[in-house]
Amino acid sequence: MSIDTPKVTSHLKREIIVRLIKAYMGDDYAEEVRKIPYEMRPKGSEVPYRCCIHKERAILRDRTIAGLGLSIEKADDSELLSELAQKAQKRNQPEENPLTVLQTACQGCVPSRIYVTDLCQGCVARPCESACKFGAIKVENGKSHIDSDKCRNCGMCVQVCPYQAIARIIVPCEKICPVNAIAKGEDGLAHIDFDKCISCGKCVNACPFGAVHEKSQIIDILKEIKNGKKVVALVAPSLFGQLPCTPKQLKHAIMSLGFYDVLEVAQGADITIKNEAAEFKEKMFEGQNFMTTSCCAGYNELVEKHLPELKQFRSETKTPAYYTAEIAKKEYPEVKTVFFSPCVAKRTEAHNNPNIDYVLNYEELGAWFIAMNIQVSDCSESEFNAEASAQARNFPVSGGVAEAVNSLLEGDEKAKVHTVNGLEKQSIRDLKKFAREGKCELGNLIEVMACPGGCLGGNGTINSYNEALSQLNDYVEQSGSIRKPAKV
Amino acid sequence: MEKISVKVCLGTTCFVMGSANLQELIKIIPKKYGDRVEVSGVPCLGLCSTDWEFSKAPYVKVNNDIIKEATVEKVLSAVDSKLAAKK
Repeated sequence: MSIDTPKVTSHLKREIIVRLIKAYMGDDYAEEVRKIPYEMRPKGSEVPYRCCIHKERAILRDRTIAGLGLSIEKADDSELLSELAQKAQKRNQPEENPLTVLQTACQGCVPSRIYVTDLCQGCVARPCESACKFGAIKVENGKSHIDSDKCRNCGMCVQVCPYQAIARIIVPCEKICPVNAIAKGEDGLAHIDFDKCISCGKCVNACPFGAVHEKSQIIDILKEIKNGKKVVALVAPSLFGQLPCTPKQLKHAIMSLGFYDVLEVAQGADITIKNEAAEFKEKMFEGQNFMTTSCCAGYNELVEKHLPELKQFRSETKTPAYYTAEIAKKEYPEVKTVFFSPCVAKRTEAHNNPNIDYVLNYEELGAWFIAMNIQVSDCSESEFNAEASAQARNFPVSGGVAEAVNSLLEGDEKAKVHTVNGLEKQSIRDLKKFAREGKCELGNLIEVMACPGGCLGGNGTINSYNEALSQLNDYVEQSGSIRKPAKV
Repeated sequence: MEKISVKVCLGTTCFVMGSANLQELIKIIPKKYGDRVEVSGVPCLGLCSTDWEFSKAPYVKVNNDIIKEATVEKVLSAVDSKLAAKK
């Protein structure tokens, strides 16, 4: 494994969010937003990544558009950032599709294909020619050539070349997407097909140019607070472990941003655990072969869009976010709710849930602390109004959900757990097979997490995985075990 | 011989801007250099609060030199050159 080190693409995105928040809190919001690319690359500054300072600024302008929660593809080049800033401020709800692509950055990336490099020796054996089932490769003038009309990108020639002279050129976003929702079009630019996209966020992290952006809702949230609305934070369990402070300090820090209350989504996870354990028992009693979990938003979108045949096997229990949002709106009917999220997928879930008004990811939360100059480790501690169990707080770790369900089952009724630790093409094929055959030999409770490692591996997180895990473990260890309901 | 000191700032700004991903350094450095180098994660060094300097975070201090926009690579090469200078 490579050594963990800060990523420049994340640095740029976070810096822009900090500047947007400072602009919003300042006296001349629109004008301050307009100046962001110029502040980041003032006259005479070095040009670290692009051909010239003008392109640097143009790209930063586009990144700022995503920070404003607008689609980069739809924004007209002639629109000033100040106009777009006002547009963002005037909207009544966030835009629908959660991702947007900075297509100008895609030009640095060539289309995926098989490519014969200069290392080709034009050898006598020519295994590439005989290995190709499509007749797409021929030696001409002492070197292999690929007929792109015939080539199907199977990669056989890559494997057989004794000189390793043939390379597969990869487009990272295309390669990582488990459902083929993002691809370079004929124009050479990456496009996301939102009919296919499951909002897993893998492309956000995979693009080395940082071209895929989440559309931030930070302006919407700041506006609600500025207008005096009561805004309640619903913090996903994976948040605890993201910043260098205790959970109670973090509550205090969030309150000091202007939130009215902070609820742990683990509170809702306790309801999920109870319902799901009861449901599992019932389904197994009825003779169903297996059941899958239903709390990962990326997985849920996968089932809706690509694997409808799996629906009958997926638990009907709602997500922890759903129950927590319901509690918040019941307790405080007049408030706006913000779900604090580790990933893109919850943006789509929130969009479809009237009880969740906005989503803020951890990067954005961190940027907010920077903008307001809040030192989380210096904050005093605020108690949460409701407790949550150790099992619920351990939801964001791969295996945690199934383990929690099992903690309420006894003896023969205990589930045999199979965990799908990250959705990729292969694990999706496996799930499809389970649905088709109506059975899974690997277990009868299948826990599915779209991100490897669980929510702690989400694209919107700050802390490195192992550090986050050890911090979260401390919190889980301090928490009491879930109590069995009188009748499961 | 005096030890080289490496301080990784874990204040909120540095943490969010990247030092979260420098924590591995705290484990790598002792393995790599033994007791010639002393490494620790420290509370805010105060470097981010001057004007717009948050954008140059994360900061790491190697002896008295400040490394801006620190990466694992930058820090290790700073340590290497300090060690080389001593010889």
